[in-house]
Amino acid sequence: MSIVETRVLLRHASDPNLKTIEGYRSHGGYATLEKAYDEIEPDSIVDTLEESGLRGRGGAGFSMGKKVSFLPHGNQTKYLCCNADESEPGAFKDRELMQRNPHQLIEGIVIASYAAGIDHAFIFIRGEYDRQADILDDAVAEAYEAGYLGKNILGSNHSLELTVHRGAGAYICGEETALLDALEGKRGNPRLKPPFPAVQGLYGGPTLINNVETLANVSHIVANGADWFKSFGTEQSPGTKVVSISGGVKRPGNYEVELGVKLRDLIYGLAGGPLDGHEVKAFYPGGSSSPVLTPAELDLPYSFEAMAEAGSMLGSGSIIVADDSVSIPHMALRTARFYHHESCGKCTPCREGTNWTVKMLERVVRGEATPMDLDIITSVQHNIIGHCLCVLGDSMAMPVSAMVNKFRDEFEEVIASAALEGLPSTAGRESQEEGVEPGPGGTGSKVLERIRLQGRPVPESAQTAREELPRA
Amino acid sequence: MDDFTPIEDFISPGLPVDPANTVGREALGDPEGVPELSDVNCPDELREAIEASMAKYPDHKSASIPALWAIQRLYGWCTPEGILQAAAVMKVTPAYLESVASFYDLFRLEPAGEAQVLVCTNISCWMRGGDELLDAFCEAAGADRGEAGHGGALSEDGKVLVSGFECLGACDLAPMASVNERYYGPLAPEDAETVIGQLKDGSEILPGKALSARPLPGGDEESSDERVTSSKGPNK
Repeated sequence: MSIVETRVLLRHASDPNLKTIEGYRSHGGYATLEKAYDEIEPDSIVDTLEESGLRGRGGAGFSMGKKVSFLPHGNQTKYLCCNADESEPGAFKDRELMQRNPHQLIEGIVIASYAAGIDHAFIFIRGEYDRQADILDDAVAEAYEAGYLGKNILGSNHSLELTVHRGAGAYICGEETALLDALEGKRGNPRLKPPFPAVQGLYGGPTLINNVETLANVSHIVANGADWFKSFGTEQSPGTKVVSISGGVKRPGNYEVELGVKLRDLIYGLAGGPLDGHEVKAFYPGGSSSPVLTPAELDLPYSFEAMAEAGSMLGSGSIIVADDSVSIPHMALRTARFYHHESCGKCTPCREGTNWTVKMLERVVRGEATPMDLDIITSVQHNIIGHCLCVLGDSMAMPVSAMVNKFRDEFEEVIASAALEGLPSTAGRESQEEGVEPGPGGTGSKVLERIRLQGRPVPESAQTAREELPRA
Repeated sequence: MDDFTPIEDFISPGLPVDPANTVGREALGDPEGVPELSDVNCPDELREAIEASMAKYPDHKSASIPALWAIQRLYGWCTPEGILQAAAVMKVTPAYLESVASFYDLFRLEPAGEAQVLVCTNISCWMRGGDELLDAFCEAAGADRGEAGHGGALSEDGKVLVSGFECLGACDLAPMASVNERYYGPLAPEDAETVIGQLKDGSEILPGKALSARPLPGGDEESSDERVTSSKGPNK
């Protein structure tokens, strides 16, 4: 293994006592908070955070310090929402951070709230993370008892309430404005921006929304300074990152590394590479909403800027590896079905676009599509991107169009084999929803022509098999 | 409601119903009026749980999701009676709570049995056999596979709900399932029968495969990097 982890946030995470306040304090926990209340001015914390270049770990990668500085000064009720909804397929790092070290998050929240003059903070945790929410509840109770939360924290004139709020199963609530609606007790529909939450968020008040991992970094930065933080990672992506690696690898899980390590080291080094007898075919570098990359891009550094340059994104830092046993069209369908299921229905391009993308991809795997349909699929994606209140639709459109563009031959082959054999391609594993039935053939003959024109081999038995099938 | 046309016939005659089009359910009483607490026979524990939640938020409406959780914990699912009772405590309309309940996947608007098995079938789990795992759970519990993929199906005895589910945030355990809100994985199809058996006789679920017992994949060794070891922050 040519690479080792750089554990800052996950340091001592194997210690089961770290969950408790004594365990956390025995490793220096809450010392930074005490020091901050004692001798650091709130404004200078904001400056340190801004100078550190800490970028949001939830997906967008926006500077955390800038976000804090956007909050209006002055005496008014301000809120902080920690986004612990983590529902992006492929992401499971916040689960690890909250489950193993809840106080690290709480300390970060208190310091950020002190810096921005916030009086009420919420942790919005997805309802599925029941165990993690229980752990947080216990940790919050301990922090109240120790005087790190509540009225006049450590004798200062800053008071902070912290409420753990459980969601109830909706991907959309990870979107910051939908999260606010859900927290206000409504259906989780995204809001029009601007006004941005920093100006008008929860209950109409200025609101700072940050991901779990972002807030977990705060006490480390305040304790060690911006330069220390910048000594990790790259110039534009400073710090360490907990990377969730899953899919077709030998050792899936969370690994904390400096940003800018090679993707190959992550996938082959830490995660052990693809399962025996398989090869990497494609991978999502930043959760299911990031455009897929191919093995040719394995030597890129894993940083916000390098992923953006490669036409994808680092997102929440979740790598899903598809090995050569995975059929890309089926993977596209599985991805699209997820977004179709989760679309809240507020904006037409997303509601209809995800629906029609699923329908068209179903036709692809049933062999009822034509190559022209692949162009229509891409054009539908173009009509979703940037046309909705939030990026849920874009999150389907980006990976699906990347898959169609990068693996177009495979899409055509799947159409052809499904059409000719009247069966879904055996190359892919069947998807659960809808139960894609063997198709009756349909317009696959056009694909057949295309395959013949390209001089590719056509299975001999296929033609007769197709003719024997009754039409629907 | 005599001339009510089933929505599936209205939207797509003769075609499969799009799961996105839900019909909703019959309201109990006036959905648009705020019920009186004295009329709804609300159990004290439910009222107290909801009032405690309301006190935690600057706006009492924020307690709608916690209130629905309280209903579900008490009755096993979001019953129309429970919604009416919570609406009376929160002084909102039942329609409002119903609208919230129908938005979120974890709220059950139909009887949901005594135990719930959610099987992840999203990308990472799908690659590692999540669909086959859902098949196995359906077979072990005797639940309808078609229904299980569309919001859940009850076992033959009505005690276990088996449901395919979108990403549960445990792709490292793929393929995995959440059994009574605790995570287990990676699971083989054979594990399904074991889990259903353990649920029936009340024994501990797959002790060796619980997420809580899982170590970090990279082992226990800590970084020797000087910047980390000399850090003044937490986790020293």
